[in-house]
Amino acid sequence: MGWLPPQNQPAAGGPPPLAVEHVTLRYQTDAGTVTAVEDVSFTIGAGERLALLGPSGCGKSTLLRAVAGFLKTSSGEIRLHGAPVRAPGPDRMVVFQEFDQLLPWRTVAGNIAFALRRARGLGRAESFERARDWAGRVGLGGFADAYPHTLSGGMKQRCAIARAFAVQPAILLMDEPFAALDALSRRRMQDELLDLCEETGATCLFVTHAIDEALHVGTRVLVMTPHPGRIGAEYSVPDAARQRGTPDFGRLEMEIQQRIFGAALPEAKSAASLAARTDARPRLEVTHNV
Amino acid sequence: MSESTLSTSARPAPFTLGPRARRLVILVGLALIWESYARWLGNSLLLPSFLETLVALWENLRNGELPERVRASLGILLTGYGIGIGVAAIITALAALSRWGESLLGLLTAMFNPLPAIALLPVALLWFGVGASSLVFVIVHSVLWPLALACHAGFRAVPPTLRMAGRNIGLTGPSYVVGLLIPAALPSILSGLRLGWAFAWRTLIAAEMVFGASAREGGLGWFIFVNRSQLETANVFAGLLTVILIGLAVESLVFSTLNRLTVQRWGQEA
Repeated sequence: MGWLPPQNQPAAGGPPPLAVEHVTLRYQTDAGTVTAVEDVSFTIGAGERLALLGPSGCGKSTLLRAVAGFLKTSSGEIRLHGAPVRAPGPDRMVVFQEFDQLLPWRTVAGNIAFALRRARGLGRAESFERARDWAGRVGLGGFADAYPHTLSGGMKQRCAIARAFAVQPAILLMDEPFAALDALSRRRMQDELLDLCEETGATCLFVTHAIDEALHVGTRVLVMTPHPGRIGAEYSVPDAARQRGTPDFGRLEMEIQQRIFGAALPEAKSAASLAARTDARPRLEVTHNV
Repeated sequence: MSESTLSTSARPAPFTLGPRARRLVILVGLALIWESYARWLGNSLLLPSFLETLVALWENLRNGELPERVRASLGILLTGYGIGIGVAAIITALAALSRWGESLLGLLTAMFNPLPAIALLPVALLWFGVGASSLVFVIVHSVLWPLALACHAGFRAVPPTLRMAGRNIGLTGPSYVVGLLIPAALPSILSGLRLGWAFAWRTLIAAEMVFGASAREGGLGWFIFVNRSQLETANVFAGLLTVILIGLAVESLVFSTLNRLTVQRWGQEA
């Protein structure tokens, strides 16, 4: 299957696929103005996969929604290949965490094909041909004609991922796409996503609260700190540190963990005291070292 | 112990019927109760028996009176229903796309939904005179508000993720309404259409009875009204039975089929 021309074709040596420049995001609640993200800047180069890592409530998903065009920035600018982001669009395909992101009245192939028709203006026959191809690539070859309600959560996420990749956006935005999956499916999906990204050279912004996921999927990791959301630290992940169980992976994981929880926390007590402190809220996922 | 519970649940019940058969048994039971009570009462002026009603139904079908009345009623009903759906579609589309439209819909439904259509009939007679247009007007009123309310509730219940997914692939304006909101809200829309159909029927029959005094030609409601004044009670019951039969037919043929082909197939049923 041939490739579609890339969206927002970058000029050689031109602006990066994504530039977030001094972005602040505020929203109104009954209690007053909440600053979700404050003065955050970063860029993502072509083919880079940036993992935005942080605990719940650090504003990472809010930031992703602003990049997707669903939220307006209070100040600062988000640029896609140099052009300011004003509205949602298929040059930034989003994979959400929730399973209800697929259109229930369309089959697996229908969902992918509809996105191709709307986003890339393909004809019916060609969009379905591509859709079936993509369904096969994410392991849904036998389910191309199945309706979403007959699929498991993992299969729905596969379909959403296929839909996002098929459109070949300038950048893929992933908002904790595996957070609602069981641990085993999550591991498998992470590996498959990594393969797809490396195969297609896709540029990604990947939001997650799991350190191991950030290291496995991202080529760079930005750690965000909450209240208000700011960039706390940046790590680049060398290829050698991408595989779980390797010493490099372990070292980097430990380093990020200490960065997030502070070096003062004694190892043995850290998990218990963290659980006690953040009782009601979903907790930052800590994977203990091998 | 678990073994014994398993074997009890696995054993087929001695007397099981499918939903269709169950419904048929209930219908036969009701007809039997009707028939025996009417015979015991022995006053066919007050309550004709089931069989007498069937005979009257057959007679009126054969002499062409009832088919003519049904045709007249259905013609007006479908006109009003169609216009009601069209206006409801426009108002809810406005409400889905703008805050002003939403406020307009909210206010209009709050004002007019509790207003019985029959209460508007005098105004309709004043504006449109005695005739089909007045009937169509009150039917539109009875269909429009409950349908618009159901559609709007359906639109509002569309999950935010699905909305974002739709806008993400480039749906905006009319394509967003047609390509995302309407199919996503279809369960509510279908139940609104059902409700609207029932309201339209009630309004029509009631309005035709008010009309009956002044118009020469009429539909089913007029048929019922005239036969009551002539003390042809069996014919009155035959008219009522016709209303019920048409309702059942539309429900099982049209709405159930629509439901099966869409929301059931897509797993959207509430």
